[in-house]
Amino acid sequence: MIGRLSAIAFNTFREAVRDRVLYNLILFAMLIVGASVLFGQISLDINRIVLINLGLTAISLFGIVIAVFIGIGLVSKEIEKRTLYTVLAARPVRRWEFIAGKFLGLVMTLTVNALLMSVGFFAAVLYVSHHLGRPDLQLLTAIYFILLEFVLITALALLFSTFSTPIFSSIFAFAIFAVGTFAEDLRGFAQMATGLTRWVMTGAAYLVPNFAALNVISQVAHDSRIEPRLILLNTLYVIVYTAAVLTASVWIFERRNLK
Amino acid sequence: MSAIEIQGLEKSYKTGFFGNKLKQGLKPLTLSVEEGEVFGCLGPNGAGKTTTLRLLLGLVFPTGGTARILGRDLADIEVKRLIGFLPEQPYFYDHLTALELLDYYARLSGVDPRERRRKVDKALSRVGMADSANTQLRKFSKGMLQRVGIAQAIVHDPTLILLDEPMSGLDPIGRREVRDLVQELNEEGRTIFFSTHILGDAETLCDRVAVLNKGELKGIGVVADLLREVSGDVEVVWSGTQAIPSLSALGARCHATGDVVRAILPERLLEAALDALRRSQARLTSVTPLRATLEDYFLARIQEASSSEVSA
Repeated sequence: MIGRLSAIAFNTFREAVRDRVLYNLILFAMLIVGASVLFGQISLDINRIVLINLGLTAISLFGIVIAVFIGIGLVSKEIEKRTLYTVLAARPVRRWEFIAGKFLGLVMTLTVNALLMSVGFFAAVLYVSHHLGRPDLQLLTAIYFILLEFVLITALALLFSTFSTPIFSSIFAFAIFAVGTFAEDLRGFAQMATGLTRWVMTGAAYLVPNFAALNVISQVAHDSRIEPRLILLNTLYVIVYTAAVLTASVWIFERRNLK
Repeated sequence: MSAIEIQGLEKSYKTGFFGNKLKQGLKPLTLSVEEGEVFGCLGPNGAGKTTTLRLLLGLVFPTGGTARILGRDLADIEVKRLIGFLPEQPYFYDHLTALELLDYYARLSGVDPRERRRKVDKALSRVGMADSANTQLRKFSKGMLQRVGIAQAIVHDPTLILLDEPMSGLDPIGRREVRDLVQELNEEGRTIFFSTHILGDAETLCDRVAVLNKGELKGIGVVADLLREVSGDVEVVWSGTQAIPSLSALGARCHATGDVVRAILPERLLEAALDALRRSQARLTSVTPLRATLEDYFLARIQEASSSEVSA
């Protein structure tokens, strides 16, 4: 089982790399270098804050876009191109293994991409701050949360890919990311409602993935401390939510006729 | 033990906007394929050949009936180690080279890592693709992809090989090579089940065939026996008399070259034709039975189905 999972995951990673997905790193590098040079003219404190905000947001957005655009095709593209047939028809590969392998492959791609961007990001921070200190470790926490974001959005894009067309899947995935970014506000609104509406709104607010909790970019830019408890809770939240979404994907895919 | 045992296997699809209509892709099908034989599944487009294959491979789920492969239930995933499959018009991961693709499939099939490279090389050599092993698939022609498709179907040494239209897209030389390869694989003791609409290939290769039309089995049996069911024509050659009106009236197709006349007519009219020739004092040169082809059988079964539909 491990062998099959790793083979599918590695193939997904290799496909993304050969399809030149990592070319986005060039754009990121240009953005970071440009920003560093430009903000180098401003005062030291502000340019660091702006650079951290810009750099981490770029790492997050580049990854989200890649996760959605590759994620929505993970299953549907394989069905459309019929590459799936030779994997599932005559190999001892279970459908859940295929889903899990594809998921791991894309997460691996996004992780490598984010880590390479992070190297560039830290180099830029070093360039504008002239040194890296203990507070900069907080930046690693923000990057870790961004990776958790990728895990969540990949699982969601994969879920949509099991039953919908790529266009609708991308609309669903971006929409749910946008709504999830305001998950905390939704919960706030729900508290203000009364009666049945309150129950329905609270349920909906908690059902939406809480991307807001994973965004600590502003805090780390201002050197605010990230509580270890938040790291633990966010990790557990993403594990549970992702497991639920992947279970739903497998449930749908197991029942699907591959015509 | 049968390699494939199908009992009343059927598949219906829900159609219509609300999914309230049923379309029968495959009517209850019962047949078995014995170990070591080459079995052809024939039929025009939409006959149910590909649906049958997809049901056997667990890609679509049956709405009725059962099937066993190599004595095991379809749900038994381990049986897939023993199966090789070539889909119709195969499309593979085109970012991979032929070598990487086969290595990937061999890994998924659980081929021993120490054996993997040797088996991959052997499969590529067997389909004549050893020289293109390190070329990305996106640079391959349709014929080359078909060969790679066959290589991936045999890379893990399966005992049962299912081929969906294996000759499609190949030039005459490619078709001949695939035919030879199928024969070779069969001689090694592997069971071959393939669907095709190229009847000449089926006639050359198959021990037995099944004819499907509109999702229904129309005939099954040993090729030679099936051909006997179709009454053949005979060729009668004579000289001395140019035209015999009574023969043309019988429905014979006559063609004269100088003094020699050739006529092709149904075998059941032979006696009447010979009587007519005797009466006109023609010199009979030869009477040769023309062998019925699988195409004749196939067309007869399909026409039967069409005429029974019209009369209904």
